[in-house]
Amino acid sequence: MRAVRLSVVTAAATAAALTAVTGCTEKSTAKDGDAIQVTAADSKCTTSTKSVPAGQVTLKIENTGSKATEVEIVFPDDRIVSEKENIGPGTKYTLTAEVKAGDYEIACRPGMKGHGVRQKLTVTGGGKVAKRDPRLDKAVAAYRAYAQEQADETLPKVATFVKAVKDGDLEAAKKAYAPSRIGWERTEPVAESFGDIDPEVDVRADGLADGQKWTGWHKLEKSLWQDKKITAADKTLADQLVTDLTDWQKRVGKAVITPTSMANGAKELLDEVATGKVTGEEERYSHTDLVDFKANVEGAQKSYELLKPVAKENDAALVTELDKQFAALNTLLDKYRTDKNSYDFTSYDKVGKADRKELSDAVNALAEPLSKLAAAVVK
Amino acid sequence: MTDTTEATETEATGSAAPSRRSLIGWGGAGLALGAAVAGGAVAMTRTGDDVDPAAAETGAAIGFHGAHQSGIATPVQDRLHFAAFDVKTDDRAEFVQMLKEWTAAARRMTAGHAIGEGAYGGLAEAAPDDTGEALGLKPSRLTLTIGFGPSLFEKFGLQDQRPEALVDLPKFPGDALEKARSNGDLCIQACADDPQVAVHAIRNLARIGFGKVAIRWSQLGFGKTSSTTPDAQTPRNLMGFKDGTRNIAGTEPDRLKKFVWVDGKDVDEKSAWMTGGSYLVARRIRMHIETWDRTPLQEQEDIFGRDKGEGAPVGRAKERDKPFLKAMKPDAHVRLAHPESNDGVTILRRGYSFTDGTDGLGRLEAGLFFLAYQRDVRKGFIPLQRRLSQSDALNEYIQHVSSAVFAVPPGVRDKDDWWGRALFSKEA
Repeated sequence: MRAVRLSVVTAAATAAALTAVTGCTEKSTAKDGDAIQVTAADSKCTTSTKSVPAGQVTLKIENTGSKATEVEIVFPDDRIVSEKENIGPGTKYTLTAEVKAGDYEIACRPGMKGHGVRQKLTVTGGGKVAKRDPRLDKAVAAYRAYAQEQADETLPKVATFVKAVKDGDLEAAKKAYAPSRIGWERTEPVAESFGDIDPEVDVRADGLADGQKWTGWHKLEKSLWQDKKITAADKTLADQLVTDLTDWQKRVGKAVITPTSMANGAKELLDEVATGKVTGEEERYSHTDLVDFKANVEGAQKSYELLKPVAKENDAALVTELDKQFAALNTLLDKYRTDKNSYDFTSYDKVGKADRKELSDAVNALAEPLSKLAAAVVK
Repeated sequence: MTDTTEATETEATGSAAPSRRSLIGWGGAGLALGAAVAGGAVAMTRTGDDVDPAAAETGAAIGFHGAHQSGIATPVQDRLHFAAFDVKTDDRAEFVQMLKEWTAAARRMTAGHAIGEGAYGGLAEAAPDDTGEALGLKPSRLTLTIGFGPSLFEKFGLQDQRPEALVDLPKFPGDALEKARSNGDLCIQACADDPQVAVHAIRNLARIGFGKVAIRWSQLGFGKTSSTTPDAQTPRNLMGFKDGTRNIAGTEPDRLKKFVWVDGKDVDEKSAWMTGGSYLVARRIRMHIETWDRTPLQEQEDIFGRDKGEGAPVGRAKERDKPFLKAMKPDAHVRLAHPESNDGVTILRRGYSFTDGTDGLGRLEAGLFFLAYQRDVRKGFIPLQRRLSQSDALNEYIQHVSSAVFAVPPGVRDKDDWWGRALFSKEA
C-alpha cells in the first residue's frame, strides 16, 4: 500500500486536480469477467471456474438458498484464507481476497454450520506455491492444545463451584467462583467464536435482550454476593453451566484458529479488560475483576509467546515493545496480590480511581502495540 | 476572563454588522477565507493525499514550520481539543522517539493528510495507522501546539534546563482546582475550524503515545472567545459579553515580541532552548450560568464594565472606544484587568467556550476554557490573576476548577526538526 500512497503524493505535488479521487481505486483491478461466480444454495455450491490466476481473487456470491450462508476460501486443511459470514437468502456479496498460487477449496456453509459444500479451486501462476510457515502451523497447533487444556482444567473447578451452589454453601461457592472462570477468561476469543456458548455462560444483566433469560456465572454471582442466598432456580442454573461448559470443552479443539486470529484474539483479550474489567463492570457484585484481568492477560501472553519467533523476524521493535509492556502490566497487577502464584487479588471496589487510571493506561500501552501483532505475523 | 483592552485610539469598525452566523458559525467561510489569503496556504482535502484546488477558499492548511509554533499568533480557529498528558516511561530515548513520531504525524495532519499508511487499504488483519474520521475533511486550519509542564523537567534529568520563568502557579483565592484535570507533563493544543479534525488529531497522537504517555485530562472548546485578528466585532463569551477587544493580534509583531515571545535575553545558557517560545496558562473556568442569567442587566454591565449590546466601555459609545476606567465600578472586570491597572501587563488570549452537558444537578456544565500565552508567567498571568481573584465582581459567577502551566518551545524549523529538539538534544 505504501507504493500506491507515495504515487498519489507525487500527483499532489504536481498540483494535479484529483477532486474525484475519493476512494483507493488502484486496489480493485479485478474486472467482472475475472470474478468467480459462486451460487450458494441450501445443498449445492456451484462455482463458475475451478482455476484462477494468483493475486486478487474475486468471488461474486449469490445465496439462492433459504438460509443465511457463509462462503469461505480455505486451504484443504480448513485454514481460512478469507470468508464472508451471514449472507442472507436471496442476497449477493462480493468477496475479494489476495490469494497466492496453490490448491484451495471454496466452501459454502448453509446455516453457517458444519463442513459445508465444497468446490476445488486451483490458483495458478508464477510457479509459486503458497507456502505456509511451519512455525506458524506449530504455533496454531500449540495454541489449540492450550485452549483445550484450559477447558479441561476448568471443568473440575466448575464442578467444585457448582457443588457448593447445589449444597447451598454460600461461602464455599463464593470462594470457588473466580477460580472457576480463569480458564474461560484465558481463552475467551476462542469460546466466543462459537457464538452460542458465551451468551449462555458469561452474559451480564445489562447484556440481556428483552425477555432473554439470564443464565450463567454472573447470575449466580449476583445471587451469592448481592442477594446473599441460593435459590432452587440457581441450582438449576448451576447444572446448566456445567452442561454449557462441557459443550465448550468438546468443541474448543475444533475452533477455527489461524495465526492472525491468535494475534487479534490476544488483542481482544486486552479489549475485554479495557472495556469491562478496568471499569469494574464485569464482576460488579463479587469485585473479582482483577482475577479475570490477570487471566485475560495470561491468555493474551500465551498467544503472543507462540507467535513471537515469527513476529520477531518481521518486526523486532514490536516484539521488544510487547515484551516490555507485558512485563509492565504484570508487575502492576502483582501490586494487587501478596503471593505471585495465587489468584487472591485485591477486591476491585478497594481499587481507587487513580489506581484504575494507572491500570487503564497500562492496558492501552499494551493493547495498542498488540493490535500490530497480526500484521507482524503475516508480513 | 481577563480583558486586556489597551488604551489605544479607536479603531474603525465596519458599519454593517455581520451576521452572528458569519462571525461565530463554525467553519464560516469568512473566517477561513481570511486565513487562506493571509497564510497563502495550500488547500487540500483528506481523501488520502489528493489536492483539491477548488477548496482553497475554505478549510486551508496552516504552515507547520516556522520560528514560532503555530496555534499562538495564528488567527484563532473556531474549535479546540486540548489534552494534557502524563509521561509513562522513564526511558528518555523512547520519549524522544515519540516526540519525533508526533512531529511527523502533526506535520501530516496539519497539512490535511492521513498519518502513517493511512486509514484504509492496508492489511485487512491489522488495525489501520490512521483512525480515519478526518478522511474527506479539509485541513480546516488545524494547528497543533506542544507545551512542556514543570513536572516534565523532573523526569529525564532536565531540572537544569527548566526555565526560571516556568513557575508553578500560586494558589489564587477562590480556586477550586480538581487535581485529576489539572497540570500534566506535557500538553497538545489542537485548534481547527472543524471539531472532528481537532479531535482526530488528539486521538491519533494519543494512540501513538500509548505506553510512553497517557492522557491525563482533556477539554473540548467551541466558539472562540477572543480573537488574534482585529475582527469587526469581538466574539462573545457564554455570559453574552464581548471580552478582550484589544487582544494581541497575530499581525502585531511589536506587541508579540514585547509580550508573547521569549527573547534571547530572557534565558540563560541552559534554558536558551526556549528562545522563540512562549508560556501557556490553561484554566478551566466554570460559569454559574443560571445565576448569571438571573442577574439584572445593569448589574451584568457593571460587572464587566461594558454594555451588553455594543460592548462599549462604560460611558463610551463604541466597542473600541478608549475605556475611561474611572467611570467603571472599582471591581469591574475590565477595569481590573486593563493593562493600565496592571503596570501595562498584557497577555495573548485564545480561550474557548465549553459546555460539557449538564452537571447532574441540571445546571449547565459550561464556562470558559482560558488559554493565555505570555513571555513570562510571572509578569503576565500571575499578577493579573492575583488582582482579579481578589477583587473581580465577576468572581461571584465563575470558579477556576482546573489549572496548568506549560513552556511552549519555539517552532519546528523544517522537515528534519522535531518538537523539543533543542531541549532534548542537549546532554543531560
